[in-house]
Amino acid sequence: MIFQAISEGTIFAPATAKGKSAVAIIRISGKHTLEILTNISGVNLRPREMVLRRIIHPKNREVLDEALVVYFPKGRSYTGEDSAELHLHGSRATLKAVMSCLLDEGLRMAEPGEFTYRALLNGQMDLAQIEGLGDLIEAETETQRKQAQRALDGEISHSTISWKNELIHCLALLETEIEFSEEEIPEDIKNQTISTLLGLRDTLLNEVKGVDMAERLRDGFEVAIIGPPNSGKSTLLNYLAGREAAITSNYAGTTRDVLEVYMEVEGLPVCFLDTAGIRESSDPIEKIGIEKTKKRAKDADLRIFLQEPNLATFPGVEWQEGDLKLMAKVDLVKENDLKGVSGLTGQGVNHMLEDIARELENRIEKVGVMNNTRQRQAIERTITYLVKAELELAGTNGRSEIAAEELRQAIRALETITGAIDIEQVLGEIFSNFCIGK
Amino acid sequence: MTNHFDVIVVGGGHAGCEAAAASARAGADTAMITLKYDGIGQMSCNPAIGGLGKGHLVREIDALDGIMGVVADQAAIQFRLLNRRKGPAVQGPRAQMDRVLYRSAMQKRIAKTTNLTTLEGEVVDITYANGKLEGVVLADGSTLAAKTVVLTTGTFLRGIIRLGQKATPAGRVGDSSAVRLAERLDELGFPLGRLKTGTPPRLDSSTINWDALEKQPGDEVPEMFSFLSAKPQARQISCAITHTNEQTHAIIRRDLDKSAIYGGYFESTGPRYCPSIEDKVVRFPDRNNHQIFLEPEGLTTELVYPNGISTSLPEETQVEFVQSINGLEQARITQFGYAIEYDYVDPKSLRYTLETRNLENLFLAGQINGTTGYEEAAGQGLVAGINAARKALCQEKIQFLRSDSYIGVMIDDLITRGVTEPYRMFTSRAEFRLSLRADNADQRLTPKGIEWGIVSTERKRNFDEKSRKLEYFREILVTKSLSPSEARDHGIVMSKDGVRRTGLDLLTYPGVNLEKLVEIWPELYEIDMKTATLLENDAVYSRYLERQNQEAKSLVEDERCKIPDELDYMSMKGLSGELRSKLNEIRPETLGQAGRIEGMTPSALAYILSTVNRRNPLGHARN
Repeated sequence: MIFQAISEGTIFAPATAKGKSAVAIIRISGKHTLEILTNISGVNLRPREMVLRRIIHPKNREVLDEALVVYFPKGRSYTGEDSAELHLHGSRATLKAVMSCLLDEGLRMAEPGEFTYRALLNGQMDLAQIEGLGDLIEAETETQRKQAQRALDGEISHSTISWKNELIHCLALLETEIEFSEEEIPEDIKNQTISTLLGLRDTLLNEVKGVDMAERLRDGFEVAIIGPPNSGKSTLLNYLAGREAAITSNYAGTTRDVLEVYMEVEGLPVCFLDTAGIRESSDPIEKIGIEKTKKRAKDADLRIFLQEPNLATFPGVEWQEGDLKLMAKVDLVKENDLKGVSGLTGQGVNHMLEDIARELENRIEKVGVMNNTRQRQAIERTITYLVKAELELAGTNGRSEIAAEELRQAIRALETITGAIDIEQVLGEIFSNFCIGK
Repeated sequence: MTNHFDVIVVGGGHAGCEAAAASARAGADTAMITLKYDGIGQMSCNPAIGGLGKGHLVREIDALDGIMGVVADQAAIQFRLLNRRKGPAVQGPRAQMDRVLYRSAMQKRIAKTTNLTTLEGEVVDITYANGKLEGVVLADGSTLAAKTVVLTTGTFLRGIIRLGQKATPAGRVGDSSAVRLAERLDELGFPLGRLKTGTPPRLDSSTINWDALEKQPGDEVPEMFSFLSAKPQARQISCAITHTNEQTHAIIRRDLDKSAIYGGYFESTGPRYCPSIEDKVVRFPDRNNHQIFLEPEGLTTELVYPNGISTSLPEETQVEFVQSINGLEQARITQFGYAIEYDYVDPKSLRYTLETRNLENLFLAGQINGTTGYEEAAGQGLVAGINAARKALCQEKIQFLRSDSYIGVMIDDLITRGVTEPYRMFTSRAEFRLSLRADNADQRLTPKGIEWGIVSTERKRNFDEKSRKLEYFREILVTKSLSPSEARDHGIVMSKDGVRRTGLDLLTYPGVNLEKLVEIWPELYEIDMKTATLLENDAVYSRYLERQNQEAKSLVEDERCKIPDELDYMSMKGLSGELRSKLNEIRPETLGQAGRIEGMTPSALAYILSTVNRRNPLGHARN
């Protein structure tokens, strides 16, 4: 039910174009707007009054940004419902952090045109604007046409079509067992369904990883530079920052303790993170900073460990597959065969960048076809329901009608990517595979 | 005799009987016109009622005090609850019928229905003026006037029977085909299509070697159709099962080109779920046998219905392949199998009341709308009957929703999506399957029936009593609770999280049933089987029912938003050409229906809504 799917829940979307800008705006609309706004930016917001607030993640109390917040009450907003705008710093990392916080709070990413759609539903548009809707519908059709074209080219929907078919197949197997129990149908139908479901789950899980990678391609890979104090991290970063025009921005990140430098490495967008020195500290404030750094470093796509000759380990940040270990301040070291880097002389920097590029390219090769958060959410929801269906079937008292219900939800989740799936397709699958009918 | 009625129902089949009875219950002065009085309640295909989805429909009809369930219970000779070992939502009551008993029970029922007159005659035409129906014309030239008419002519419209290379115009075997009526509908611009269906040869029971065959007995505890029935009336019997074999398949393959279906004589579409034996052999060449259910057609007849070998092969081939089957070596065919091709009216041209848009006051129900099955026909008969009566009596129309009944699912499917093959109900068509169970049909629909004034006082009393018990025991179950350790003392294993579980929660645990709870709380002791089963069944799906209720609520909201009939879709430049013509054809009556049209997009829906709102500036359609 297309209509109810889209007319419910509280939604959000970035209102400014993707990419770097001084300010990034997120729009929120729906009945939970004020409640969530209060959760993340505090109480006493007055309608239509813009205030400076800290945006804090309600779950882990992490400060995400300092932003201008404005709340529009029902009836006095673009959509006609309770809505709000967050004017954030234009960092991609910040935007992303706030967006994922909103997802955590139970908001949903808006479908294309959904704000306008709600405005329309709530009678907020005049005649001319309504006539203009034709364009929106046109655009929707155009998007569909393009998507269909890409499907033909095998770029996007090649795999979504096969997932869709597998889901339909699983549902058809279950429905066969339910609708035609009187007929002679194969006995291992349940096991067959389970194994197909598990296979599909794995494919989709891989796809979600692929989506991550695709997002990186768009928003940049994070590479953390890690090392003890005075190991030359900042020098290295400064060298990278001042090296050439490819650098895209350079400013103190909103997460305070981490400095970000964007640049292109062999055509790939990379964001270098300078982490505050990781060391033991008894100062409680500094401890917090160090913990944050550790987390950021851990979550980065790649880590460069700057080592000093006598120091081999870094407390709290583990080496992960593909990370680089480089000798710090290699210009001071006599042996030439040592792999190292120096921010002072630039020695080893090109090698380091080549290694980074090679590693990232390796990962890109595994990139899936999905390329945005909305699609990933859809796949993740699909996986959730798939797993529930599988668990129900595998259980001792597994009920196929309950598993089928979960699969229907899985299909509904996937429909945002594949387009509507019809019960006739399921029935068709049943009748082409089984000899049914008295 | 009067020649003016509130409602005239044309046809005495399953749709016609249910329509006439419903119309009469609704208080309209009703006439049912049928070719032969003796044909009322005739089962022209297999002698069985119910099954998955279909059994649900019968229960729903019964919940609204319809007649199919009660009659079927009186005529049933073998009861089986399908999917007994599966969950309650996908269990379907089914029963074999004695054809003679069914017919006579139905005729008695019709005869004692107040407000209902039965007339013998052939309706050959309809009369109308200014786009409104006025009455019907009989073969003898006489005219009967009515405020509304329900047409339930089944497969009669330009029916052609095909048997091998022979083609005979007819409805069912022995009936004439209504050509003039079909031409009238054509003239009125009704969109007509063609469908086909088939039937197997009938066998003489005394020539079947029953001893050689596997028996299929009925259930020990029969599950009745009607909420009012207590136990079977007729003697109960078993069916038998046999199989085709390689030799059977070789005979069929050899003569395929002589089959009406395979000889290329048909251009219409047959049902995928009811393939002919020719179809089965061709499409599944790897199968070396196909199952056949031998269903006796009654206690007093020698006729047997071999379910599974519908065919349109020539007579001599039918004899040869039937006699190649185990147990049927000596079998005599008393009536050959045949395929029938007939006109149907594209149901997309109907409203949710089953009134046609082409001609006001004319309602259609049953096979004429492209469906198959007695139960589907009866369900539509009920909808058309009630609405025809209410329209005649100037009362508001009644809409069944996808969220409240299988009847609602069927009507919505028909009018929104049309049919490409004879439409049959499946439980998988109902997205609210877990809530729409056969066992709770009365809880879902009887209150509505009472509100519409179509439920007898006897049934109302019965229902009120059942509901009272249900609420009484449900109350006990939600107020009584156990802590995890108390539960352990009673042998119920659960995690020690300190959370108390109510009796209703406990019912969802494996191994916990009401019997167990009676041990714990003796005040439940007086609970009866029916109430206990209902409560247990609700508990099974409790986790899912909340979600379904939410979805149902939003569906109801969308259904409340009416779209005016005369909306000019073709001038809506914002919509794609394809969508415009689809909308123009289907003319959705509600926003919910519009949303279910294939290819609909959210913005297109919003566009329609805004157009509706603009036309109706006093308030939003959606409120």
